[in-house]
Amino acid sequence: MLGDGMALSLEITAVAVAVGIVWGALLAMMRLSGIRLLRWSAVGYVNLFRSIPLVMVLLWFFLIVPQVLQRVLTVSPDRDLRLASALVAFSLFEAAYYSEIIRAGIQSVSKGQLAASFALGMTYGQSMRLIILPQAFRNMLPLLVMQGIVLFQDTSLVYVSALADFFGQAYGIGERDGRIVELLLFAGAVYFVICFTASSLVRRFQKASEWQ
Amino acid sequence: MSYHWNWGVFSQRAARNQTYLDWLLSGALFTVGLGLGSWGIALVVGTVLGVLRTVPNRLCSGLAATYVQVFRNVPLLVQLFIWYFVMPDLLPLGDTFKHLTPFVQQFGAAVLCLGTFTAARVSELVRSGILALPPGQKDAGLALGLTLTETYRFVLLPMSLRIVVPPLTSEFLNVFKNSAVASTIGLLELTAQGRQLVDYTAQPYESFIAVTLMYLCINTAVMALMHWVERRARIPGHIGSH
Repeated sequence: MLGDGMALSLEITAVAVAVGIVWGALLAMMRLSGIRLLRWSAVGYVNLFRSIPLVMVLLWFFLIVPQVLQRVLTVSPDRDLRLASALVAFSLFEAAYYSEIIRAGIQSVSKGQLAASFALGMTYGQSMRLIILPQAFRNMLPLLVMQGIVLFQDTSLVYVSALADFFGQAYGIGERDGRIVELLLFAGAVYFVICFTASSLVRRFQKASEWQ
Repeated sequence: MSYHWNWGVFSQRAARNQTYLDWLLSGALFTVGLGLGSWGIALVVGTVLGVLRTVPNRLCSGLAATYVQVFRNVPLLVQLFIWYFVMPDLLPLGDTFKHLTPFVQQFGAAVLCLGTFTAARVSELVRSGILALPPGQKDAGLALGLTLTETYRFVLLPMSLRIVVPPLTSEFLNVFKNSAVASTIGLLELTAQGRQLVDYTAQPYESFIAVTLMYLCINTAVMALMHWVERRARIPGHIGSH
């Protein structure tokens, strides 16, 4: 049961990281683009998501996603859409945070790189894809992973929709067996070991790459 | 969509001479109270921890670093449940705590949880602020005959705390956002009131829009306040003091 829960937590994390980085990169490029409408809508999106509590974002999507899916894709109302809602919510929410990291990463690449790629006759799209983004992603890799660790911790909040992720399972077992104290401390310890190990690895990687 | 909008729902009577709007406002009040209380704890504990991490004493800096690692690597929700369900069984005053009214228990657990959680983040900022100062500041303080405590009190902290005001702003905003987690232990703050409204009125969109707008208002107010603090705390002659 705890294994199933952990699988769910990891699944939500993986999907949200993948979608969040892609959508976040698009938002970052919109924000840096010369077209005012694109820039402003990206700014509005990021600021809106960053000023609302994640719990509230989750509640919003648990309300909206099932209704949209039932209407547009005519999914039957009995289908359990909580996981789909959670995936959409975390992906869109994290994209706002990733876009800020990616924007900083793009801006950290020196301007001469863009000028040089233009001088070589590349288009804007080509120079972004082949020159700027690869360097930017290398610079911001540690931050992206760190944000992924934060996200992994935040997935425990699907508790508000009673989805059985790792924390939900642990709490459920504790309640059933009258062993809440032990199970909560155990859950905390597991999260700690995973997140501490992951963030230590990131720090070591960071130190190693600084020496190059 | 065939959703039936009804904005009048907020002025409808909920219970005991209260309208649903009163419910939301009382929720907002608890969110603000919870946020401010936790922020107070976080500033004090965080500053102490941040100082401890920079003092030339292995034990002190090690203990403070351990605190930060523990509180940053366990999800806030798990920490809250541990404060609420586990701590009363482990701590000496736990039995007294269990006899308090449910509201005091929920609020107390939430304030302690959010305060200690945010303290770990604040301490990182304070530490980076102290390390950002040129080492000559500390040396000059000590050379003038100040003790280490006095050097921190009169030289290092007044400078470093002012440097870290901008990043502190985002932590201050985070406290209010994170306070929504307290709805999971039954504390009737803004998010919990919003959910309760959905159950009572069956008007989810109006309720959530109202709650979201209230969070945006809190956010705006905090940003305005911190903008003012930032202007007052600016160190003359530094970059950014334009």
